[in-house]
This record gives sequence, structure tokens and C-alpha cells, in this order.
Amino acid sequence: MELELLVKQFQNKNHIAFEKLYEMYSKSIHGVVYNIVKDAAIADEIMQDVFIKAWHKSDTYSSKKGRFFTWILNIARNAAIDKTRSKSFKQKKQNLSTDYFVDIIASHDNLDNSTDAIGIKKFVTELGEKCKAVIELLYFKGFTQKEASEELQMPIGTIKTRNRNCIQQLRDMVL
Amino acid sequence: MDIKAYIESGILELYVAGKLSEEENQEIYKLLLQHPELLQEVLEIENAVVKLTAAVSPSSKGFENLKDKIGNTDTKVVQLQPKSTNWMSYSGWAASVVLAAGLFWTLNQKSELKQTIQTVGLENRYLETQIEDTKTDLAATKNLLDVIRDKDIIAVPLGGQGDFTSSFAKVYWNKSKNTIYLDAEGLPEAPEGKVWQVWSLTLNPLSPTSLGTIDDFNTDDNKIFTIANANESQAFGITLEPKGGSKTPTMEQLHTLGVVASDPS
Repeated sequence: MELELLVKQFQNKNHIAFEKLYEMYSKSIHGVVYNIVKDAAIADEIMQDVFIKAWHKSDTYSSKKGRFFTWILNIARNAAIDKTRSKSFKQKKQNLSTDYFVDIIASHDNLDNSTDAIGIKKFVTELGEKCKAVIELLYFKGFTQKEASEELQMPIGTIKTRNRNCIQQLRDMVL
Repeated sequence: MDIKAYIESGILELYVAGKLSEEENQEIYKLLLQHPELLQEVLEIENAVVKLTAAVSPSSKGFENLKDKIGNTDTKVVQLQPKSTNWMSYSGWAASVVLAAGLFWTLNQKSELKQTIQTVGLENRYLETQIEDTKTDLAATKNLLDVIRDKDIIAVPLGGQGDFTSSFAKVYWNKSKNTIYLDAEGLPEAPEGKVWQVWSLTLNPLSPTSLGTIDDFNTDDNKIFTIANANESQAFGITLEPKGGSKTPTMEQLHTLGVVASDPS
């Protein structure tokens, strides 16, 4: 598979493969980090650090452990959460806005008029409250199924099926 | 294993979110290798999540900034060889160009031939349809001939009347079958909103009986119509009537009329 090959080349320190992966995922990583730190400049910094870290620790990734995107997403979430706990960050940002990812997307003026961007905006405005919460926790905040079920006071199994339905709606919009 | 139920369970969405246990991850990885439809599902989920998360980012930084930070230590520098004409290599290239051109030409030929075959096939089918049509026509004509040759048939020529002297028609009446065959090729097409109506007449006293209208006159090919007639007709007439026909013939529009010759039997 093409992606798998790309990741292998990346692990062999191939710059071109790295650049390709960067192009594929950097905006997503930036989005996830931004959703946590709520500051574009800090998000830039963390996102770059995340990719550099991935580059240097590429040998610790194995496709047996999960998707490459998932791997780098994990690194990013952890880095962003670490940042919010740091002293300097706490001093600078007294109170973080409680915006969800949906609020951020909805507040964007359409930067690019690609069909995906339009589809996603439509998706988030039509999304049910519970879907918003589930996606926020599982994908952006990195909650486990159990943590999400406690947070939202829903049975564990419900989280799983609800999440599937929510992502299904998203897929209908962007694919 | 029920792949569909597995997909429906929502576990793959959690897999992409990255919050399953290590054992679960490994198990799914094995399943992905065995079942392409699972892999496809994961790719689609991942793609959707990648797009969604990207939509949150207010800006994106290019790769340029990163290049300096990862250093170029791994780039291998290849020493350039001093140039020397390598005839082997040149002739090799030349040969491959010739070969490529030849292949291209052959392929071209092949596709042209294919097209020709297609065209011929099409023509064949067209000709077959024509033959079929002709056969049907022939059968119909033979049928007609049989009808006219029948010994019981009475032929009644209908001549043009009044202003319509150029019109004519012919009725072949098979009394035993109570049927007339009307050959109306000598009539013009019925104008818009009008229709030809056929009448059976007795002469003393003169009383017309409608045998019906010929609604498909303009579209019929051979202009021969089979009409039931159980009357003791002494004459036949054809008038042009408003669509739907009339109860009694409009005499000003009587185009053709013919009297049946006195009973031959």
C-alpha cells in the first residue's frame, strides 16, 4: 500500500517521504493542537515540534501498533496538553476559552472554498450536541472510551456506537 | 467472522482515534491484513478525521521551516563522473526509442483494426435488420395477394367524385368472411383534424351505413385496410369527416364512390 511505503521510507529518513507525510497531516495536527491551546502561534510551534519529534523517533513507530496518523495524533495531543500544564502557558493564558472544535470551525471565514471545507462547515452546523461532544473528546482531547463515558454520563457501549454514527455523518459530507 | 457487524460495532472509529489497548490494536492490524474491506473502512474513517481536524486549523505552515531543523546530514552527496561519451549507452537508448516507436505503431494498428471490426459488426447487424424487414414485407404482400386472388372476392373500383376526380380507391369484398379490404392509396393524406370515413350504401332507397373511420391512415405504409362489413352493400363511398367521424356522410366531402357489380353468383 502506498501509505505504508511512504511511512517506511520516512522511517528510513527519506526527506521527500517526510515532506509528503507533513503535507498530508500537518494541518490536521495543527488543528488538534490549536483546539487545545487556542493560540495559533503556540500551535505552530507545537506542531513543528511534533513533526520533528516524529522524525527523530520514527523507529519507535510500528504499523502493528496502529495507524501512522493515529500515532502522530497521539504525540500531538500529549504535547499540547503538556503545554497547557506548563507554568509559562498558565501565566499567559489565564482562562482558556471553552470553545469546542465545532465553534472554531464555525467561526472560520471560509479560507478556502474547497468542497471539503464547505462540507465540513455544513457538517458541524448540523451536528447534534452529543455528536459534537463525542468527537471532541475522542479525537481532539484523546479521551478513552471509558473516560468519555464518565464525562458524558453515557454507557460505554453507547459511546462506541454513537461515535460510529457521528463519523458516518461526517463521511457522508466529505467523501 | 461477521465483517459487517464488526464494522458496525464502531471499533474501527476508536482504532483511528487511538484509544484502544495495545492488544486490540494488534488484533485489528491482523484483521486489516486479512480483510481488505476492513482496511478500506479504516482508510475512509481516517480520511474523514484528517479532513475534520484540518478544518479546525486557522493556518498552515509550510514544510520549509522544518527542513533546517531536521538537518541535511542524511543527504548523500554523489560524486559526478567526468563526462565521457558512452556509445553503448547511446545505442541502447536509440534501440529502446525505436522499440518504443514500434510498439506504439503496433498498438495503434491494433486499435484501428478493432474499430474496423466494430464498424463491420454494426453494418452486419443493420443489414440483418433490413433482411428481416424485407422478409416481413414479402410475407405481408403474399398474404395480400392471397386475399385478392380468393375466388369469393368481389372487386369494387371507387372513382373520384365531384371536385376530387383525381382520387380513387378499390374495395375487395369477401362476402363469405364479411370483410372488405380497402386499398386507399389513391386518397390524399387526411388533413389535420379530419379523418377518412368509409360507408356502405344501399341505393334504393339511398341509405348509408358507417363502416368506421381510418384513424391510422396517414401513418399506414401500404394504405390497405381490413374492415368488417356484414351489410348487404350495393355501393361503397369514402368521405372526409371531422375527427371522430360523422353519423351521416357529408356529401360535399364525398371523394370516391363505387357501385358493386350486380351479384355475380
